[in-house]
Amino acid sequence: MKIDVPHVAILANLKLDNKDIVKFEKQLSEILNYVEKLKEVNTEKVDATSQVTGLENILRKDETSTSLTQEEALSNTKSQKNGLLKVKAILE
Amino acid sequence: MKYKPVIGLEVHVELKTKSKMFCSCSADYFGQKPNTHTCPVCLGLPGALPVPNQQAIDWCVMIGLALNCKIANFSKFDRKNYFYPDLPKGYQISQYDQPFCQKGSITLSNRKEIGITRVHMEEDTGKLTHSGDSTLIDFNRSSVPLVEIVTDPDFENASEVVEYLKKLQQIVRYLGVSDADMEKGNMRLEPNISLKKENETTLPKFKVEVKNINSFRFVEKAIAYEIKRQEEILNEGKTPAQETRGWNETKNATVSQRSKEDAMDYRYFPEPDIPPIILKDEKILKLQSQMPELPDAKFERLQKEFSLSSYNSELITKDKETADYFEKAVEDGKKVYVPPKDIANFIINQKINPSDIVPAELIKRIVSAKQTISIGDNALDNIIKNVLAGNSKAVEDYKKGKTNAIMFLLGHVMREAKQKLDTKLVKEKLEDKLK
Amino acid sequence: MNLNQLTIKEAREGLRNKQFSSVDLTRDCLTQIKKHNSALNAFISVTEEEALMSAKKADKSIEDGTSLPLLGIPIALKDLFSTKGIKTTAASNVLRDYIPQYDATVVRKLKDAGAVIVGKTNLDAWAHGSSGENSDFGPTKNPWNKNFVPGGSSSGSAVSVASDMCLAATGTDTGGSIRLPSSFNNVVGLKPTYGRVSRYGIIAMASSLDSIGHFTKTVEDCATIFNITKGEDIYDATTLPDATEDFYKNLNKGVKRIRIGIPKEFVVSGLDPEVKLLFEKAVNTFANLGAEITEVSLPYTKYGIAAYYIIQPSEVSSNLARYDGIRYGNGRESFGDEAKRRIMLGTFTLSSGYYDAYYKKAMSVRTLIKNDFDKAFEKVEALISPVCPTYPWKLGEKINDPLKMYLSDALTVTVNIAGIPSLSVPAGFSKDKLPFGIQIMGKQLSEDLLFQIGNSFEKETNYYKQKPLLR
Repeated sequence: MKIDVPHVAILANLKLDNKDIVKFEKQLSEILNYVEKLKEVNTEKVDATSQVTGLENILRKDETSTSLTQEEALSNTKSQKNGLLKVKAILE
Repeated sequence: MKYKPVIGLEVHVELKTKSKMFCSCSADYFGQKPNTHTCPVCLGLPGALPVPNQQAIDWCVMIGLALNCKIANFSKFDRKNYFYPDLPKGYQISQYDQPFCQKGSITLSNRKEIGITRVHMEEDTGKLTHSGDSTLIDFNRSSVPLVEIVTDPDFENASEVVEYLKKLQQIVRYLGVSDADMEKGNMRLEPNISLKKENETTLPKFKVEVKNINSFRFVEKAIAYEIKRQEEILNEGKTPAQETRGWNETKNATVSQRSKEDAMDYRYFPEPDIPPIILKDEKILKLQSQMPELPDAKFERLQKEFSLSSYNSELITKDKETADYFEKAVEDGKKVYVPPKDIANFIINQKINPSDIVPAELIKRIVSAKQTISIGDNALDNIIKNVLAGNSKAVEDYKKGKTNAIMFLLGHVMREAKQKLDTKLVKEKLEDKLK
Repeated sequence: MNLNQLTIKEAREGLRNKQFSSVDLTRDCLTQIKKHNSALNAFISVTEEEALMSAKKADKSIEDGTSLPLLGIPIALKDLFSTKGIKTTAASNVLRDYIPQYDATVVRKLKDAGAVIVGKTNLDAWAHGSSGENSDFGPTKNPWNKNFVPGGSSSGSAVSVASDMCLAATGTDTGGSIRLPSSFNNVVGLKPTYGRVSRYGIIAMASSLDSIGHFTKTVEDCATIFNITKGEDIYDATTLPDATEDFYKNLNKGVKRIRIGIPKEFVVSGLDPEVKLLFEKAVNTFANLGAEITEVSLPYTKYGIAAYYIIQPSEVSSNLARYDGIRYGNGRESFGDEAKRRIMLGTFTLSSGYYDAYYKKAMSVRTLIKNDFDKAFEKVEALISPVCPTYPWKLGEKINDPLKMYLSDALTVTVNIAGIPSLSVPAGFSKDKLPFGIQIMGKQLSEDLLFQIGNSFEKETNYYKQKPLLR
């Protein structure tokens, strides 16, 4: 199974150079070839398991509690302005 | 026209819950200092986990019920994965293939039934503002609950769209779940517009999504512009591009934003951090019973029950506050035989604001106004003539400057008339005659 | 004997009897760290000042007569656990300077129980790894032989306990990341039932598989820590309702007539001959202690790795999407190769046109694997197997072959897929004095039985008393 590494990299928001692309192409196709063995399994009448806990309806009451201060919220960012996080302009 | 518009609508309604959708930060973000209503969850910090707001889900189901949807007994959240600076986790928790509500409908005044494809829950993103060569982000709005309402592509013109939006806004306000104010951004819409040949039965192969419309006025303009733009392209023998366009107020036009052709692969998968939601039939019935009477039902009932004209009923039921006020006044009016029709007319003609005068007081005003009218101008003038004639001393006193004398004369008029009159009106008439 | 060599049980007794103070105990641990960490690289951050302050406070509380289960006991936290005000890196350059503004629920619970935190331990970055070599802060070494891997991804935590740098350490187990390093270091490691311990505040790897556990020197100590960390959490919607349990009640009950199953698929092929021998020895020990040993079959577990290496990267690719360098951390170019590999793989398996064949398929196979375990637990009360088909391998041996590395998880991943608990206990050494461990698996919520079985084995074999020679 060959993976379109450049396309997947765009979807994954990763920048890869040509060396990486070649390396990953090889490694990822090896892994995919291995996991292909799942094709042997007949899962026609089998439901997928998304939750092993069996829990349902775990919900919160509509009540507020204290938020982080602005200082705490921005404490780890490398770029801010007037209490807002700053990035390079996004062209809409 | 050779072509017929095919329009579908996607509306996002922001719920006015106290807390956000997946955390307990305050959801009341409007006008707050930036990034002061955040926590590890809505800021997407490493290790944070979402826990859904029960109230938001109940309200989403109510919206679905109000739109005649089928409510799912089994529902779940899914992750919609994409990258954007206003999306802190790099995915939005939304609903994909098992939403809370599906297959509803709403009927317009032209008897046309608009299909409601689905009503589901999701979370809002942060807010971006542009400043020079930077973009600034405020996450106060991140994870505020949003209900998305999608219609089938059943609209054929802008006025149908506007009517639908107004009805939806009214329903949501009646339910008390959102202010649904387009200017404030708590009701947002994106029409999908395309054109098909007049007699064609299949849907067109393209559709253009239009964003950034924030008033009813712009809805009409944007749709009109877009229809014309697409028509011109089709007339040239070409197909309009499948894309997202934005309404530009200054240009009075829609402007291309990004190509929908390269449709984003959202890689939806079930949200592993949130167990599924089971809504038993009893629960759905309970939610239904908790809903107030909706506008259409009230509109019909007020006509039947109180013999209101459809015109008056529409005005009275425009908002729930006025409708409730009217019915309270009707109750109060029963004791003094004031008919509902008169109450409705009075409220409408006098432009009564429910918060200015309580229903009981309103009834009193209506009664006194009526009595003045009911005695008839001629009869009243005669009584006044008689009273003035039979009380010359008081008349003289008044003319000499003893203004109090008018109250004496007023009292006699009232006694003669044998009923309570609008004192203001009678006094005016007396003063007039005494000139 | 230095105080850092004590177990939690012994230390608590010593503190209670005023034989020494928490400051004494903590100092000995910190000294051990100073002596050996540069060689072993078990810690990314050592919080000496904070630890001594906590220890002083603990001593005051002890004096006042306060009784808390971990009062004054030095522990370490895997550097995936958010600690307020203390750097939390996930062993990745992306979070090299990240300081959380909140504590993970488990961290809060351990602090509330009086624990003294000595530092944040090294790991395979983002918990992606089985060897401890994937850290952007350098590999961790196995204290039993520094040329060999300590196992991963909770490498630093396992090593810190094995080398007496602390009395316990936390970890996470998504596909074996507690059990593998504990078996490679001669310590006890618990992977609890999924949902038993809150994940809130712990940097997520694969949301439906991550289990929050810990390392200790003995099984009884393990129960002590589990008693504190387990429980429903309002911040984690996937936590199971709590129940009051007394884990000490049955601890010494032994294994007479306990039905223990051996999954034949786990022992039939691919085992290193020495591993096979030591495992058979362990089985005999159980038999001699009175357990009823039977063979069971878990036929779908042979698809475990394939299902795991679809489900896990898919969830990883989504969980790592938040690292865009805007609100915290560095940009995505700072991700290491293994992280990039898993993000790419997971993005692919979730993508349009491939979702059904990969992710959905794997989630269906997951049901079949879970059913295998459920069926087996109708016949037996617990299952045992080796943790790894091999002994620890040499540093660098598998680093260039990702698939080969993944296959070392063959015996551990199906436990995560099924969501059941598993306790790894020391079970011997190879000719070259490299540790070997077995895992005791039970059905959901059966941790007390695992402690019972594990304790019985431990008391009979006493492997835990052996310590690595640190130079």
